Amino acid sequence: MSILVNRNTRLLVQGITGKEGSFHTRQCAEYGTQVVAGVTPGKGGTTHQGVPVFNTVIEAVKNTGADASVIFVPPPFAADAIVEAADAKLPLVVCITEGIPTLDMVRAKAFLEGKETRLIGPNCPGIITPGECKIGIMPGSIHRPGSVGVISRSGTLTYEAVAQLTARNLGQSTCIGIGGDPVIGTHFIDALALFREDPATRGIVLIGEIGGNAEEAAATYIRDNLDIPVVAFIAGRTAPPGKRMGHAGAIIAGGSGTAAEKTKALQSAGIRVVESPAGIGEAMAEELAAKSR
Amino acid sequence: MKIHEYQAKAILRQFGVKVPKGEVCFTPKEVAGIVARLGSGPYVVKAQIHAGGRGKGGGVKIAQSATEAESLTAQIIGMTLVTPQTGSEGKRVRRVLLEEGLQIASELYLGIVLDRSQGMPVMMASSEGGVEIEEVARLSPEKILREPIRPGFGLQPFQARNLAYGLGLGAQADKAQKLMTALVQAFGDTDASMAEINPLVITRDGQLIALDAKINFDDNALYRHPNLRELRDLEEEEPLEVEASRFGLNYIKLHGEVGCMVNGAGLAMATMDLIQLAGGAPANFLDVGGGASTEQVSNAFRILLSDPSVKAVLINIFGGIMRCDIVAEGVVAAASRIGVKVPVVVRLEGTNVEEGRRILLNSGLNFSVADGMLDAARKVVALSQGGA
Repeated sequence: MSILVNRNTRLLVQGITGKEGSFHTRQCAEYGTQVVAGVTPGKGGTTHQGVPVFNTVIEAVKNTGADASVIFVPPPFAADAIVEAADAKLPLVVCITEGIPTLDMVRAKAFLEGKETRLIGPNCPGIITPGECKIGIMPGSIHRPGSVGVISRSGTLTYEAVAQLTARNLGQSTCIGIGGDPVIGTHFIDALALFREDPATRGIVLIGEIGGNAEEAAATYIRDNLDIPVVAFIAGRTAPPGKRMGHAGAIIAGGSGTAAEKTKALQSAGIRVVESPAGIGEAMAEELAAKSR
Repeated sequence: MKIHEYQAKAILRQFGVKVPKGEVCFTPKEVAGIVARLGSGPYVVKAQIHAGGRGKGGGVKIAQSATEAESLTAQIIGMTLVTPQTGSEGKRVRRVLLEEGLQIASELYLGIVLDRSQGMPVMMASSEGGVEIEEVARLSPEKILREPIRPGFGLQPFQARNLAYGLGLGAQADKAQKLMTALVQAFGDTDASMAEINPLVITRDGQLIALDAKINFDDNALYRHPNLRELRDLEEEEPLEVEASRFGLNYIKLHGEVGCMVNGAGLAMATMDLIQLAGGAPANFLDVGGGASTEQVSNAFRILLSDPSVKAVLINIFGGIMRCDIVAEGVVAAASRIGVKVPVVVRLEGTNVEEGRRILLNSGLNFSVADGMLDAARKVVALSQGGA
């Protein structure tokens, strides 16, 4: 079992003819994802990476039955791409693009309100159900099918955690990168709620970072709703206040959003927070072993 | 992107927010002319730096006469201003804002920030003006009023009334509504990430005036605001950070001795944390990002090494969108070009890792290759402290 994506997912790539879109379409297809369509305005009717290309999302959906989309469109046009996918009623939209203006995302998010479409990202690595479906830019080879769910605001730090899990023979049910921007489609609590409904997920790794208070909200949710082990890591203990640490959302503003506050919130909800990012896999292994004893 | 107070006020004035009469001033020689245009005193001389708390640090002074304004300007320009936000090293003042003095009856707070959980901007207002809003939020959160700014709706008149009457602005409710609408307009039209009027003052003759103003812009949206990009004051920024930004790199200077080059913001922060756990201190945050070219990686390497406090370098790359072979090529190219004097520990993992490692090992350069993050952090900290 898994959440959101599996071997039946039919993927559409928005921005398929661009450099990143091309490269990762090939990588996703090689992993086994069913890539059924691409969209690049002006290139409709052609074939790219062996996939039929359409001018519009609605046309692509009609012709191919795509039920998920991944967006590699450049930042100035990415919010429009999200809205286009939602307007075509795609159930799942994964936006990889980094650098979308915040107010564009505010408008796109307002458009999604009340719609069936779930947005993941933007500025995220995507989502993968190991052995079945990879939608995004993560290296597929480090993943193994299994029962640990992974949720993260980061990209490469997620790969680090996954590699540690895999090295301990702890496979993953689904790994989801929710993105490093201040305005995102799926928050920690949304992803936690999805994992809660998945009987195959027996433990969760949660990777947060400085900025905002999504980790605090997650702590409360976990305390009240989950009885499987959760291991958390918060990046940015050494980050100075007031500086944007790469991710637009990773900033300690006015003394709030610090790693210390988040760690405290998680710990007081009974969640194990590891100090070292190199200790995530080991901690999950210990928690799962303790649970099965 | 941050701008100065006088620039923020100029923007607000364009949108119809009342601000005090004033002009920016770079040398004491300009004072006489400016003061003549401002009219009779008193005057306020305000240091212009990209940090708050200027009054507390002695960067804001009141002058009763033109002569006093000139001597205060001469005092403030060139001084190193230390405020709670500048750090102990302070910031050199290069320009001041000269303004008319006002008769103030009371001070309020008005600002717009992004509410992440709602995914939209929110206007915040408080009767506690002149105090940092974070301070108010901590000590008396009930004194902060909030109204969400819904996309497509903006700030509705009833919301402005909620805030105005909530602040006790009965007599100025209409003026307050106009001002709030103008601030919302300014925020949206400039793609601001925050806009703050603190304090917003009520003068003795009942005017609402922005006595101080702060606007930050969303870096991601600057591409569509060429006029705003020109407001950037590079002298207010760390020179290495400016250099890095010219190459599209995310670099932030810190105070340690271990230089870090990492792909991805989260992993970069985690690497810094791990260096601290291993007993060292990171010299910087540096995210080379996804899809960085060889040229970009070599620029990153050069910038990182131009910080004289760097005693050892850790390169931590977990490939995803970023391919390890591209990283390795960039590292080798940069290292060969500039001649690396400090020890370098490289940890590569992910897409095309074998090819990346091969490029590093065949480069003929002296790199230590680490096995995992923890090993890498321990090695580089030992090297930075003169160990083996």
